[in-house]
Amino acid sequence: MNSATFIQHMLNSLTLGSLYALVAIGYTMVYGILRLINFAHSEMFMLGAYFVFWGITLANLPWPVAMVIAIVVTATLGVVVDQVAYRPLRDAPRISALISSIGVSFFLQNVAIVFFQAIPREVYRPQWLENPIIMGGVRVLPLTLFVPLLSLALMLGLIWIVYRTKAGLGMRAISKDIETSYLMGVPVNRIIALTFGIGSALAAASGIMWALRYPQLQPIMGTIPGFKAFIAAVFGGIGSIQGAVIGGLALGFIEIMTVAFFPDLAGYRDAFAFVLLIAVLMFKPTGLLGERLEDKV
Amino acid sequence: MLEIRDLHVHYGGIHALKGVSLDVPKGSIVTLIGANGAGKSSTLRAISGLVKNKRGRISWNGTDISSKNPVDIVKSGIVMSPEGRRIFAHLSVLENLRLGAYSRSDEAGIAKDIDWVFELFPRLSERRNQKGGTLSGGEQQMLAVGRALMAAPELVMLDEPSLGLAPLIVKEVFDIIRMINSKGMTVLLVEQNAYAALKVAHQAYVLEVGTITLSGTGEALIADDRVREAYLGG
Ligand SMILES: Nc1ncnc2c1ncn2[C@@H]1O[C@H](COP(=O)(O)OP(=O)(O)OP(=O)(O)O)[C@@H](O)[C@H]1O
Ligand SMILES: [Mg+2]
Repeated sequence: MNSATFIQHMLNSLTLGSLYALVAIGYTMVYGILRLINFAHSEMFMLGAYFVFWGITLANLPWPVAMVIAIVVTATLGVVVDQVAYRPLRDAPRISALISSIGVSFFLQNVAIVFFQAIPREVYRPQWLENPIIMGGVRVLPLTLFVPLLSLALMLGLIWIVYRTKAGLGMRAISKDIETSYLMGVPVNRIIALTFGIGSALAAASGIMWALRYPQLQPIMGTIPGFKAFIAAVFGGIGSIQGAVIGGLALGFIEIMTVAFFPDLAGYRDAFAFVLLIAVLMFKPTGLLGERLEDKV
Repeated sequence: MLEIRDLHVHYGGIHALKGVSLDVPKGSIVTLIGANGAGKSSTLRAISGLVKNKRGRISWNGTDISSKNPVDIVKSGIVMSPEGRRIFAHLSVLENLRLGAYSRSDEAGIAKDIDWVFELFPRLSERRNQKGGTLSGGEQQMLAVGRALMAAPELVMLDEPSLGLAPLIVKEVFDIIRMINSKGMTVLLVEQNAYAALKVAHQAYVLEVGTITLSGTGEALIADDRVREAYLGG
């Protein structure tokens, strides 16, 4: 392998890893606050991509505008899902919300089948992301720069919200002690809604960029990337945003580099994540940056 | 002025408060003493809006607040520092204080109150960027009180602020209670340390298995034989 292809593999890893990371953040934030594995999260990934498709084909919107609108609409939908499917179950045993999230996941997938039909759809891709550019003698797809850079910008925005704003302080507080936060005047339900909104927005952004990379839309397209992103979150230490980012990037690198160095294993690509999951659960169940998953009192 | 009339609290089958009535006049220090499990914390948690299953009247400055949620209670001027401190171990001292001010949006006032809390508790000031979890027990208690003060409440409710503290620190905590009261803040104090609480209180209530059995001025209860026997060690 020469250095040019290696750089290409690196960029591909970074691209794939960023996409996992964006989705993993949503899993980890919701888990951190509600101790809920939100199975419906992967549908936000799928819906974000479809909404862009709709924006372009039905409303004739330019691609960037369609993307922004799709992210906003998906974020709103994430909030609605929380209010309708999880909020009424806040005081119920945790398993109830988990089951509810599986129900929501099936429901959204089926709604997507009804509205978008099950046939895979081709996605429009802006030309400027497609034409390779030559950088220092290396052929680079602009897409493999665009995805990591936009992901980075989104993650920096997230970090700003979590560590520099009042709502972020509220999020960090309720992730450790909901009752005391409530006592201090933190509007807990509004902060949880905001968390769902942010997580869904990031998942939508990921789904939209995924559709640029693998330009086919299907109602079940969120399932596998969603599972992998969840594994990335567990690997990084569920509940930790930094962990989700590291886990996502690590998984992206593992997948791309294993296939690059051992092309024979390409067929098992989707299995790497599960091997990783089993390894984490066996050797370090709390993940890289996770705290012990003790039950909250 | 806080007036509680015939307050009942149930937890499943447990009837924890069986018709509690008490008054907290504006500007006073009122203490609620009683044995473990008497229902002291339940009373404060009911006032704070945390307990949903309750009956009775909780009137605050003339309006019934018994159906309000904790956020609205804080906004109405009542804040509680919970039993066991419950500070945020992973947040810095400063962030813990800012969290106490969550219901406010007057940035200038918040900044002034942070300075004020640091003046009250110089040891917190030195540790403002340290994580709450790294503070000593006494410092954590001060942070818990300071955090409650950050809500700029009219009435501050303290649930066992002296629990587990060395005698010298206990004295400091009671000095602070007197001091904030002298600044016009009303205090409702729940304590195991009955003697110190009765000394500092204008008005006191004794709670026994969910019922108020005695009340009077702090001095009167210190002199009362029943109180001496049950709570002051004879
Ligand atoms: N969440 C709860 N669920 C069930 N029972 C409860 C709950 N909270 C309190 N109780 C019960 O209500 C009664 C009063 O408890 P509470 O905590 O108010 O007592 P307390 O006077 O504050 O006691 P302590 O001095 O030990 O703090 C006790 O019998 C307790 O077991
Ligand atoms: Mg108590």
